[in-house]
Amino acid sequence: MRAGNEIKRSAAASIWFMFLTFPIMVIKVNTVTQTVEWRWANMLWVGIGAFFLSMLWRYLLMQREMGGKREIGDKPGIIQTIAANRRFSIPVLTGLGVFILVFPHLFSMYQTSIMISALIYVMLGLGLNIVVGLAGLLDLGYVAFFAVGAYSFALLNLNFGVTFWVALPLGGLLGGVSGIILGYPVLRLRGDYLAIVTLGFGEIIRLVLENWSEFSHGPSGIANIPKPTLFGIELSLDQETVYLFYILVLLVIFTIFVINRLQDSRIGRAWIALKDDEIACQAMGIDKAKTKLRAFALGATWAGMGGVIFAAKTTFVNPASFTIWESIIILCTVVLGGMGSILGVISGSLLLILLPEYLRDFGQFRMITFGSVLVLMMVFRPGGMVENVRRTYTFKRKMETR
Amino acid sequence: MKKILDVSNLTMDFGGLRAIDNLDISIHEGEIAALIGPNGAGKTTFFNCITGIYKPTGGDILISPRGRSQRINGLKPNLVTKKGLARTFQNIRLFSSMTVLENVMIGCHPVTKAGVLGAIFRGAGTRAEERFIAERSYALLEKIGLESFANELAVNLPYGAQRRLEIARAMATDPFLLLLDEPAAGMNPQETRTLDDLIIRIRDEDKISILLIEHDMKLVMSLSDNIHVVDYGKKIAEGTPEEIRNNDLVIKAYLGEEIDA
Amino acid sequence: MDFEYFMQLFFGGLTRGSIYALIALGYTMVYGIIQLINFAHGEIYMIGAFTGLIVSSVLTMAGMPALGVVVMAAMAAVIYSSAYGFTMEKIAYRPLRNAPRLSALISAIGMSLFLQNYVLLAQTSDFLPFPSLIPDFLFWEPYAHIISSPELVILGTTFVVMVLLTVMIKFTRIGKAMRATSQDKIMAALLGINVDRIISITFVVGSATAAIGGLLIASHIGQINFYMGFIAGIKAFVAAVLGGIGSIPGAVLGAFVLGWTESFFTGYISSDYEDVFAFVILVVILIFRPSGILGKSETQKV
Repeated sequence: MRAGNEIKRSAAASIWFMFLTFPIMVIKVNTVTQTVEWRWANMLWVGIGAFFLSMLWRYLLMQREMGGKREIGDKPGIIQTIAANRRFSIPVLTGLGVFILVFPHLFSMYQTSIMISALIYVMLGLGLNIVVGLAGLLDLGYVAFFAVGAYSFALLNLNFGVTFWVALPLGGLLGGVSGIILGYPVLRLRGDYLAIVTLGFGEIIRLVLENWSEFSHGPSGIANIPKPTLFGIELSLDQETVYLFYILVLLVIFTIFVINRLQDSRIGRAWIALKDDEIACQAMGIDKAKTKLRAFALGATWAGMGGVIFAAKTTFVNPASFTIWESIIILCTVVLGGMGSILGVISGSLLLILLPEYLRDFGQFRMITFGSVLVLMMVFRPGGMVENVRRTYTFKRKMETR
Repeated sequence: MKKILDVSNLTMDFGGLRAIDNLDISIHEGEIAALIGPNGAGKTTFFNCITGIYKPTGGDILISPRGRSQRINGLKPNLVTKKGLARTFQNIRLFSSMTVLENVMIGCHPVTKAGVLGAIFRGAGTRAEERFIAERSYALLEKIGLESFANELAVNLPYGAQRRLEIARAMATDPFLLLLDEPAAGMNPQETRTLDDLIIRIRDEDKISILLIEHDMKLVMSLSDNIHVVDYGKKIAEGTPEEIRNNDLVIKAYLGEEIDA
Repeated sequence: MDFEYFMQLFFGGLTRGSIYALIALGYTMVYGIIQLINFAHGEIYMIGAFTGLIVSSVLTMAGMPALGVVVMAAMAAVIYSSAYGFTMEKIAYRPLRNAPRLSALISAIGMSLFLQNYVLLAQTSDFLPFPSLIPDFLFWEPYAHIISSPELVILGTTFVVMVLLTVMIKFTRIGKAMRATSQDKIMAALLGINVDRIISITFVVGSATAAIGGLLIASHIGQINFYMGFIAGIKAFVAAVLGGIGSIPGAVLGAFVLGWTESFFTGYISSDYEDVFAFVILVVILIFRPSGILGKSETQKV
C-alpha cells in the first residue's frame, strides 16, 4: 500500500465525517430550555476515528475482493469442521447435552429465563428458515404467526379454560392454518412485493389485536396465562421455569429433527428448486403454489407453537410484543447465522439473543452495535456465520443412500 | 404412425403482435422432428405455448400418448410435465445450488409422491422411493456420460455438459415427448456429435419422441425424420431433410431474396 | 354530508399524500436503479428534520431574521441529508452491488438501526419541539379552516419539487443517464455512463426530497423525534409499492391514494384503525395487480 495515498484518503474521509456529523454530534439543541451545547470534543473523536476506521475499511474490502468465488467443499468454518468430524462432534455434543441438562441447576433463574427466550428464538429461526432459507420466500411478517399462537393460547384459556398441553398443538395448528390463509393471496407476488405485503400482514395483525378490544383486550393484553403443569401437580415459580426450560429443550430437539428430515427430502428439494429457478421448477412438474403454501404453513406452525410457549413463559400477552422489529430480529438470526443451515440458525439465534443480554453493561450502545454488526456482516460475510453450508446429497455407491 | 402431439390453428398474440399465426404441427410416435426458422420466428414461443407458460390465444393443442386425445391448452406448466411433455431451455436453467445428481433427482418429482409426513417419518415406502430416485438419477447420468460428476455443483460443469444435464433432468420426468430448445447452442463439433448420438439413443432405447428447435443445420439434417419450418409465426414448409434442403421458400426465408448479379 | 368537512378531509389527505410523496420518491428512485428497498430512507428524512431544527435554533438564538433562518435551515437540511444518503450508499450498499438482494436488505435494516440510534445517542430520545417555520399568510385567512397556510405551502412545495424532478428526469442528460442505468446497468456502463456516479446522484436527489418532506412535516406537526423516520418510512414505502415501485409517477400516485384513503377513512369511519387501512389497501391492490397501480408487469423471458 502506498502510504502517502492511504494517508491522503484517510484524511479526506476524516474531514468528510467531521463535516457530516457536525450538526448532530457537536451541537446539542434543547428547544425547551432554549439552550445550545457545543461539544467540540466529539468532533475530534469523529475525526480520529474516521481516519483509522477508513483505513481499516479499505483494507478489509481489499481482502474481500481477493477472496474469490466460493464453492461447495471450500474451506468450511470451524463450527462445520467440528460438526462433520465424528471424533469431535460426538464428545462435543455429549458435553453440550450434559451442560444443557444441568444448566438450570448451575445458573440462576434469571439466566435460565434468558436461555428460554433464546431457545424460543431458535425455534422461530428454524421455522422461518424453511420459508426464507429453503424456499426463498422473503417473509417480513413472520411475527404474525407467533402472535396467533400466543393469543390463541391466551384466548382459549380465558374463554374455555384450555391448558398448556392442549394449547401447544392447537397453537401450531392455528399457526399453520393462518400460514395458508396469509400465503394464498401472495402466491403471485415477486420477491420484494412479497416482502412488503407480508410486512403489511404482520402489522395488520398487530394493529387489529391492539384495536379490537372486545376480542383481544386491546393494548393491555391478556394476563394470567397458566404455565404447564406436571401431571396436574402445581409447581413453584422457580420449578416452573426449570420445567419450561426442559420442555423447550425437548421441543427444540424435536424441531431440529423434523427440519433436518424435511431438508433431505423430496419436499425439501422442491423448495430449493423453487428458490433457484421458479420457471424451471415448474417445468419439472412441481406445483409452485402448493409448494409455496406448504413452506408458509410449515414455517407458521412452528411460530404458532413458539407463541404458545412464549405466552406460558411471560404469562401475559400484549400486542407490543409482536412488532415488525421481532420479524426483523428473527430474519436476522436466519441470515446472520447462515441461511438454510440448521446449525447456522441455531448459532445465529443464540448469539443474537444472548450476547446483548450479557452485554447489558453497554446498555445504550446495544442497538447501535447491532445495526453496525448487521451492515458489517453483510458486507464481509454475507453467507452468515456458518457459511456455505448446504449438505448436498452425496451419492456413495448404488444400493447405499447417504 | 400415430400422432402423439397434434397442434392445429395455434395462434398467440401479445397485445398487437401476433407471434404465432395459425400454426399446424404434428409429431408422430417414435419421430425425431425439428422446428427451424430464422430468429424471432416464434419457435421458443411455440414451446412456451405447448408447455403452459403462455396461454394460447387460439387453436388446439392435443396430446395422445396412449390413444385418447387430451386438450392441454392453458394447463399449468407443472401439469403439462406430468402429462408427459418435458422440455429444456434456450438459456440453460439448471438449479444453481444443487449438484449434478440433485438436478436430475428433481426431475423425478412428478413420478414420486412422498409428502410432508413421508419426509418426517421416513417409513419404508419413503425410503424405498428415495433409493429409487437416487438410482434412477444415477442411471440417467450414466446414460449421458456425466456420472463421474454426480456430486459436483451443476453450474461448475462445462457448457456442453450443462446442456446434456438439462436433457437428463427432463428425461427424469418420464416424458413421452421431449422438447429440446437449441440443445447444440454453443457446442463445438465434437460435443455436437456426442449430442447427435445421445438424441438417437434416447429415441431408440427409451422410446421417447423428440422435437427440437435448432440452428445447427448439420445436426438437424442428420437427425430429423421430419422438419417444420416457420417464419413470422407461420409455417412455410414441412418435409424430410432432402425436401427442405431444396425448398425455395426456406432458402429465401433464411437468406433473403437473391440478388441478381 | 357536510361539504366543508369533505373538503377538509380532501385537502388533509392531499397534504398527507404530499409528504408521503416526497419521501416515496426517494424509495422508488433508489429501487428503480439498484432494486434495493432502502430501509434507512426514513432515517434520512428524520436527519433532515433534526438538522433543520439544530440549524434554525442556533441561528434564531444568534438573532438572524426569520426568513434567513428558514432559508438556511432548509439548505442545511437538504445538504446534510444528501450527504448522509451519499455516504450511506458508499458504505452499506455499494459493496453489496452484486450480492443477493436479501443481503442488501439486511444491510439497509442495519443502517436504519444505526442511524436511529446514532441520533438518539448524540441528541436525545425526547420529543423536541420544532418551531413553525411557515408563517400564516394573511391573505389566506378566509380559507384557513379548510386548508391552513402551512398545508398550502406543503402542497405548493411538493408540486414544485415534482415538476423539477420530472424536468430533470425527462430533459437533462443526467436524467437520461439515470433512466438508462435503471434499465440496464451493464449496457449503460458500456455506453460510457459512470454508473457509480449516477447511482450516487440518485441517492442524493432522493435524500434531498426526503429532507424537504422532513422539514415540512416537522414544521407542520411541531415536534420531532428520533423514531419518526421509521413509521413515515414504512408508510411512504407502502405508497411507493402501491403505485408500482420503480415508477416515479407511481410513487406520487400511490402516495396520494394512501393519503386520501387514510384521511377519508379516519374522517368518516374510525380513527383507530388508521394504519390498518394503509396496509389493507396495499394488500388488496397487490393481490389484484401484483406490480402496483402503474407498475409494469414484468413477464420473465423464458
